[in-house]
Amino acid sequence: MAENNGTYLIRGASILGAGAEDLLISDGIIAARGAAAATHKDADGATVIEATGLVALPGMVDVHTHLREPGREDAETVETGTRAAALGGFTAVHAMANSNPVADTAGVVEQVHSLGRAAGWVDVRPVGAVTVGLAGEQLAELGAMADSRAQVRMFSDDGICVHDPVLMRRALEYVKAFDGVVAQHAQEPRLTAGAQMNEGAVSAVLGLTGWPAVAEESIIARDVLLTQHVNSRLHVCHVSTAGSVEIIRWAKERGINVTAEVTPHHLLLTDDLVRSYNPVYKVNPPLRTDADVQALRAGLADGTIDVVGTDHAPHPSEHKECEWAQAAMGMTGLETALSVVQHTMIETGLMTWADFARVTSTAAAQIGRVTDQGRPLETGEPANIILVDPAARWTVDPAKMATMGRNSPFAGLELPGKVVSTFYKGHPTVLDGKLNTPYREPATAGAS
Amino acid sequence: MKHLLSTEDLSLANAIRILDTAEEMAAVGDREVKKLPALRGRTVVNLFFEDSTRTRISFEAAAKRLSADVINFAAKGSSVSKGESLKDTAQTLAAMGADAVVIRHWASGAPHRLAATDWIDAAVINAGDGTHEHPTQALLDAFTMRRHWSKLAGSSSIGADLKGMRVAIAGDVLHSRVARSNVWLLRTLGAEVTLVAPPTLLPIGVEHWPCKVSYNMDDTLAQGVDAVMMLRVQGERMNASFFPSTREYSRRWGFDDNRLRALDSLGLKDTIIMHPGPMNRGLEISSAAADSPRSTVLAQVRNGVSVRMATLYLLLSGDTREPAASAGAATNTARTNTAHTNAARSNAAHSTKESN
Amino acid sequence: MTSVTNAPVPARVVLNQADIDRALTRIAHEILEANKGSKDLVLLGIPRRGYPLAVRLAHKIAAADPTVDATAIVGQLDVTMFRDDLSHQPTRPPYPTQLPRTGIDNKVVVLIDDVLYSGRTIRAALDAIIDLGRPRIVRLAVLIDRGHRELPIRADHVGKNLPTSSAEKVRVRLEETDTAADGSVVNEVVIEGGA
Repeated sequence: MAENNGTYLIRGASILGAGAEDLLISDGIIAARGAAAATHKDADGATVIEATGLVALPGMVDVHTHLREPGREDAETVETGTRAAALGGFTAVHAMANSNPVADTAGVVEQVHSLGRAAGWVDVRPVGAVTVGLAGEQLAELGAMADSRAQVRMFSDDGICVHDPVLMRRALEYVKAFDGVVAQHAQEPRLTAGAQMNEGAVSAVLGLTGWPAVAEESIIARDVLLTQHVNSRLHVCHVSTAGSVEIIRWAKERGINVTAEVTPHHLLLTDDLVRSYNPVYKVNPPLRTDADVQALRAGLADGTIDVVGTDHAPHPSEHKECEWAQAAMGMTGLETALSVVQHTMIETGLMTWADFARVTSTAAAQIGRVTDQGRPLETGEPANIILVDPAARWTVDPAKMATMGRNSPFAGLELPGKVVSTFYKGHPTVLDGKLNTPYREPATAGAS
Repeated sequence: MKHLLSTEDLSLANAIRILDTAEEMAAVGDREVKKLPALRGRTVVNLFFEDSTRTRISFEAAAKRLSADVINFAAKGSSVSKGESLKDTAQTLAAMGADAVVIRHWASGAPHRLAATDWIDAAVINAGDGTHEHPTQALLDAFTMRRHWSKLAGSSSIGADLKGMRVAIAGDVLHSRVARSNVWLLRTLGAEVTLVAPPTLLPIGVEHWPCKVSYNMDDTLAQGVDAVMMLRVQGERMNASFFPSTREYSRRWGFDDNRLRALDSLGLKDTIIMHPGPMNRGLEISSAAADSPRSTVLAQVRNGVSVRMATLYLLLSGDTREPAASAGAATNTARTNTAHTNAARSNAAHSTKESN
Repeated sequence: MTSVTNAPVPARVVLNQADIDRALTRIAHEILEANKGSKDLVLLGIPRRGYPLAVRLAHKIAAADPTVDATAIVGQLDVTMFRDDLSHQPTRPPYPTQLPRTGIDNKVVVLIDDVLYSGRTIRAALDAIIDLGRPRIVRLAVLIDRGHRELPIRADHVGKNLPTSSAEKVRVRLEETDTAADGSVVNEVVIEGGA
């Protein structure tokens, strides 16, 4: 497999949106940057990629992806989900635990991990369940998952809140033994029984059961205090309200070790869209108000919110082609994340491409303890790189996506920014905006 | 108007048009032959995902008085309860040639889904969806109020609105599709609405609604009111802590005998008492109030058929196809068309002259 | 109907106010003659312009026969719901149907309309009448008969027979229902187009 050891000379890319430089990729690492790249000994015979006008960024790391396998291969598989990830500019994704069987044992996380390696499009990092079967009653074998070949560091019952305060406390304490993090889906269950959408002016008119902001904020408030008390590490999934941003800002000011994520859709869409009763806008947590959207953008820009996580949640069409109350919650996001973040954060002047690299890659890799990702684009670093055309504009068409899910809330929207190339461990998984070939590990391809 | 999904987006002109047409339909009910041939050959499907015998037979009577063929499709005990989706049901009805679907559904927004998707190309009439809207109920309530209001004014109800009428809607607003539809429609018709309810049974966001909100029934009555609409309260709400007990609910929010007497002592001799039914006698309304001369409960039922006839007629009688498809009818109808366009044109010519 | 534009259409007046009045006077006398008096007479105008014509005729009949109360013999019959072209037309809200207090059972009902053309409106009116009661006789009086019948229907009393081509449009304008372009009172019958 010579292509894995291919050498690529990227010419004239704007590194993190700064000045144009060359990058030489060889043997899976950045062999040279700048003027040294073209004169490097490996540059002879390298495939030249003209990148004038393109922005070079570290490969994006998603802290929150649903790949659905095992169990719901009709919705997505590791293969299709990671193809979508590569096309969206990702080089690593964290696969959430709510598969069937639940990823609550070393066996299941190793299965997902090896499916990811076999696919070869991105680094698939399984997330382990906090509790057995996501049932919220008994801790799963967190240590076994941490010690497995999948080396799980992030644990989450995502989709369901670890609402028992004692269980949450124990989980936070226990993961300290292996530098783990508990990623909380903050949703007080009693306050959200039967909830369908954000509780407010729109839900009052539509007659849909409200999902109050306080149901999210009260859990976050409790959890940051628990985290402080046991001196552990907390990650808050998909923050969706202005109040949550305030609480996290307060916690960080107090030195509490908390990180937070926001989804692209919460950065752009509001609950006004629910007036159509189109379940493509049904998601957990729900779309909120414009005031929340603005607070989330401000929080992401000032670092209160650390990362963008897609919460990519593909569903088969029959789960969305129905009544709102019957529909499944979730939206696809891997192939639109970059464009939505560019649109909401960069085009608005709130962030630079360097900030973009921080919130989509550097900070995300640190939260998941993915040591070879989210690195600077410097000589000697692993070559997880994407090339983005920031001037491109495209109209979202879910039917043309690589994910099996057609449930994109951005369908029909014209968005900026297009991923031109994705290099994963030095190998181009995406070239000219199209899937190329997956990465193969030369030494272990046969063994695993 | 292709569908009737909510009163929120119903214009004043369309609301008045439905109410005026309902007046003509009401006259048919007094005739020897209570039937009109207007919808002969049209098929109306009553698609009920939730039991409601009252609403179903009201729509059925309305459709039959207009000579439409009626198919009742109760989702309970049918393939729907065996897991058939709304989409498949709708496509089945489309294949059978339904011209209108009257849908009652426990899920808010289900009629909007039918209307917005390409599953079926029929007129969709919302006969109550979840806790969202029940537009024909609001229209029949408005029809009842308008007759009362016009009678007091000594004028014809045709073309009239409800400007100046003070209406109190009392009870479980949070879970009431009747309340929502009434708030929007009464606002459009110019009435002044006050919602009276325990704070637990008002939705968050109600402060944005075009009405006043009160927690006190007696204060609301004392301030003067022309119609009091009592909403049905389900005793089960007590178990979800919306109120402490049915007795406390009745005392504070119900229309009991004391409040019936209060109308007299307050000098509100023309105030009517309304209820969409079915009533919980002794809970939100006392028997004396329900059976008093002020009660319009049975008139509301009667008016329901007229309003639903008007709705079916206005949605189904017109040409909803592409203009080209109706070209063949031009000769037959040239006379009436001529008359109509003439009027329109002479008006246009008139205004042109004025502006010059 | 798609040929109507805002451009001026050549129009010629075929009946002016005096012509209309003379025609109605003649019809009123014909009605009394055919009925051998005013006994059991009921005039039902078809909206919109048949009704004001019926009211005018009732007053002329009352003038000829002082025992007649003009307002007691005239009514309005809406035929909208009985039309055979409902599904080919934009939706039309119905007009009120108002019968004289005496009802129509065993009466001599004279239907009044402005223009008789295809005959379909009168077909609808006959159906509407049958649902309201059982008149002894139903007769038909129209101001204009322009021909082009599509049903076996004929008027008993005609103000003026007006041979037309079907490309032409016959417009009746009455002061009760119409105003002239300049806002003045109008009573006339004009033919437009076709030339």
